[in-house]
Formats: sequence, C-alpha cells, structure tokens
Amino acid sequence: MTSPPSPAAAPPVAIDIRQVQKTYPNGTVALQPVDLSVREGEFVTLLGPSGCGKSTLLKMIAGLLEPSSGSLKLWGEGVNQLERSGHRLSFVFQAPTLMPWANVQTNVRLPLDLAGVPRAEADARVADALALVGLSKFAKVLPRSLSGGMQMRVSIARGLVVEPTLLLMDEPFGALDEITRHKLDADLLELWQKKNLTVVFVTHSIHESVFLSSRVVMMAARPGRIVEEFRIDEPYPRRPEFMVSTDFSHHAKNLQDSLHRASRDTQETAEEVRA
Amino acid sequence: MNAAQPPLLSQPRVQRVLYPSLVAVVLIALWQALVVGLELPPYLIPSPLLMMQTLIGDWGTLFDSLMITMKITVLSFIVAVVVGVLISFLFVQSRLIETALFPYAVLLQVTPIVAIAPLIIIWVKQPTASLVVCATLVALFPIISNTTLGLRSVDPDLQAYFKMNRASRMQMLWRLRIPSALPYFFGGLRISSGLALIGAVVAEFVAGTGGTNTGLAYQILMAGYQLDIPRMFAALLLISLAGVFLFVLMAWLTKLALGSWHASEIAQD
Repeated sequence: MTSPPSPAAAPPVAIDIRQVQKTYPNGTVALQPVDLSVREGEFVTLLGPSGCGKSTLLKMIAGLLEPSSGSLKLWGEGVNQLERSGHRLSFVFQAPTLMPWANVQTNVRLPLDLAGVPRAEADARVADALALVGLSKFAKVLPRSLSGGMQMRVSIARGLVVEPTLLLMDEPFGALDEITRHKLDADLLELWQKKNLTVVFVTHSIHESVFLSSRVVMMAARPGRIVEEFRIDEPYPRRPEFMVSTDFSHHAKNLQDSLHRASRDTQETAEEVRA
Repeated sequence: MNAAQPPLLSQPRVQRVLYPSLVAVVLIALWQALVVGLELPPYLIPSPLLMMQTLIGDWGTLFDSLMITMKITVLSFIVAVVVGVLISFLFVQSRLIETALFPYAVLLQVTPIVAIAPLIIIWVKQPTASLVVCATLVALFPIISNTTLGLRSVDPDLQAYFKMNRASRMQMLWRLRIPSALPYFFGGLRISSGLALIGAVVAEFVAGTGGTNTGLAYQILMAGYQLDIPRMFAALLLISLAGVFLFVLMAWLTKLALGSWHASEIAQD
C-alpha cells in the first residue's frame, strides 16, 4: 500500500480506513482487512471484478453496512457522527432508486423533506440541483417517462441537493449504454471540480476508472482485498480526446496487467486450497 | 393532435365498449330467438324480454331488495377494508406477529362461509349485523394478504436510502411503505368488493331472513319456491349488475390513485 505523496499543504484526510474487514455471519469473507486513506478533493475509484468487495467497502463508508472489525473514520469522526465534522455524504445507487409515484422534483426534494427543511428553501435548492444536472425542464415529470440516463441524473441531483462534501457512487452508470455513460462521466467530473467534492466511485470498467480518477484502487476477489493502487496523474479537465491518447492506453494497460496478476493470485490460492 | 385522429372504430376506448356490447347483443338475440323458436316455457327459461318486463313490473320490491343487499355488501366491504388494513399494519410490524397469526387468516379464508354462517346467525342476534359479519369474513382475506404483501414490497435500495437519511418510522410508513403498497392494495379491493357481494348473497341464502327487510337472495329463494322463474332471473340480473358496478367503481378508483405512475395502469399503445 503506497500512501499518497504529500505535496506542500496536502488537503486533510477525508476517509481513513484501518484494518477494516467484513465477514458475514455464515463465515463468508466479503473483505479481508484493508487500509485506505482518501484525501479531501480526491476522485478515487474502486476497481475490480465482481465479488471483490468493492461495493461492500463503499457501503461500509456510507454506514449502510457495519464493518466486522477495524476502524473507519470520516474527517476524524465515526460514520454516524459525520455531522460533527460539518461534512455530509451522499450515496448514489447502481439503479436510479427513485420513487415511481413521485415526480422528479419531489424525488430530488426527498432528503430535504426527511430532514424537515422548510418547503420554500427546499424548493429553491431542488431547482439548483436540477439545473446542475440539466433537468430543470423535467421537474414535474414522473421518473418512468425519463430515459435511464436521465433517471440517473435525477438520482445524482438528489445526491447533490443536500450539498455533500463526500459523494459515494456504486457503479452508477453500469446499466447505461456507452455513449450516455461517457456523457455522464464527463458531467460528473465537471461537478466534482465545481463543487470541490471528494468522490469514491465503484466500477468494473478499466476505461471509466482511468478517465475519471486521480487514483485507482485495484481490488481482487475470493477473498475480497485491495491489491494495488495507481495514481492517474493526468491534468483535469479531461477531454474526450484523452481517451484515445497513448497516456490513457498506458494507464489502462497497467490496470489490465494488475487485474490479471490479481486473478492469477486467486487461482494459485485456489489450487493451494485444493492440494 | 387532431391531424391524424384515427377512425372511431380503431380507437381502443371505443373498442373496449363496442366489442363486449356486440357480444351481449348477439347473445341476447340468440337467447330470445331460441326461447321463442323452441317455445320453451317461462318456468324453465324466460325470454330476455319477459325478464325485462318482470324487472320493470316488480321494480318496487326488487329495487328495495337490491338496496338491502347493497347495504350489506358495502358495509361488510368497508369493515373488511378497515379491519384488513389494520391487520396488515400489525403483520408488517414484526415477522413474529405475522408468522404467529397468518395461518389463522388462511384458516378463515378456506373455511366455507356456508358452513359457519348458521353459527354466526345464531351468535349475532341482530339480522343485519350477522349478515355483515358473514360477508366481511369472505371479503377480508384478499385485503390482508395483498396489503401485507404490498407493505413488504419496498425497493430495498430505496429503503436503505430512507434509513441513511435517518427517516423516522412514520416517515417510512407514509412516504415509502404506503405508496409502495397501493397497487397491491387496490388489487385486493377489486377482488374483495366482488367477494363482499357474494358473501352478502350467500349469508342471506343461509339466513333466509323473513320479515320486511329482505335482500335479493331472499327474492331468489322465494321466486324458486313459487316457480316464478322470470322474477328469479330478474333478481339474478340485478346481482350481476351490482357486481359489475362494484368492479367498475374499483377500477375507476385504481385509475384515479395509480393512473399516472403504475405500470398496470399505463395504456399499452
């Protein structure tokens, strides 16, 4: 595990994970003990095959799952005491996860309604969030009449409306076609810079992780673990041309090789077990 | 909009009314022709014309009976909805309660009402109340099972999202569980409204209440004893029409509540 190099006045650590592991009651090890540290303003992707525990790790950061052991701090506070640090997190699911009976506006306003934010203020913030994802015209429309990509934008708007500093995304664009996904990836990067967010993004796409991240955390399956970390030291904003550059291919190849090494390790382990 | 209005006959809304109506016209004409052509006596099968004449001639008594049957149907339907929804809310509070009590809900459902109606009529002195109890027992189960299923059919991710946002129990119920349950609940209503009518008629049959307050089942029984078959058919027709009316009413309510968002109510164009 390489700790990120600290340039002068490195931003504070946002996520501090030490020896966190997850074992289910039936004995399945979803995640071996891992260490990971994410600094404020980083865009980190968790990349790996299915079953590598990347979603499990993300859900533990979000407080949706309890770690079996280890310590997990967000800005120095426990996940459930995050407010004390003045920070807020938002979680974006793999599916849009919208209320089908409520229009776009009501869906985006949900976290504010649940928190008891006064209606006028809530509506103003919803309007801002919808403008950010380019859906202002669709405020009164029901989710089912929107395309998959637009539904995902609504889901992101709902994530942004609470003005989070930490955005956790669980394969948010995995179900979309490639063209829509590229568009949303680019939009997400723009939002990340504009809002100065810290993003942890789960994906199984090497290309997506190279395009988006400042750092890629490579994970492997059976048992789930972190195998390597890569810095993608390419300047932002990243244009679509970046995806056809030699630098891009170079990074992608590194990740590909690492993925192969990781799965080879797994096979060897499997053979040892069998022997 | 008005540029390419399809011809009237190819519009689905027109077709939905037109086609069943055509079937009805053909069947009724066939029935009339058979009865007249084969000279069937009215005590076997009355012609549709005779049935309508009886219906108009006996309208006073038949309509009063219809109102009594409808009163019992509507009362027991309302009681079934209220009790059924309350039981469902109880069931979803904990798996333990549901596991402990659900078999008895099933038991209630599978016991034929004809078999227990005499008991209920003995136990509950007031005639209307005893009929309502019988009909409620018949109508109750679909409400319980559908509403319980609905309250449990919450998108797990959406539920996780509510939890992550520290939603209270009441917020979860009003903003998540109840809206998610609505399509199932309305499905239950459709089945249950018909069952309430059947329950009311069956209970009346068993009770065979005399006196002045007699429902349509009693009219059918009496017409049977007196071999007044046209009157029996007229009463039957009213029961069927009442059932259709309840179904249409429920379908309309469903459309009103879910029309805009639920897949079952979106027109397949």
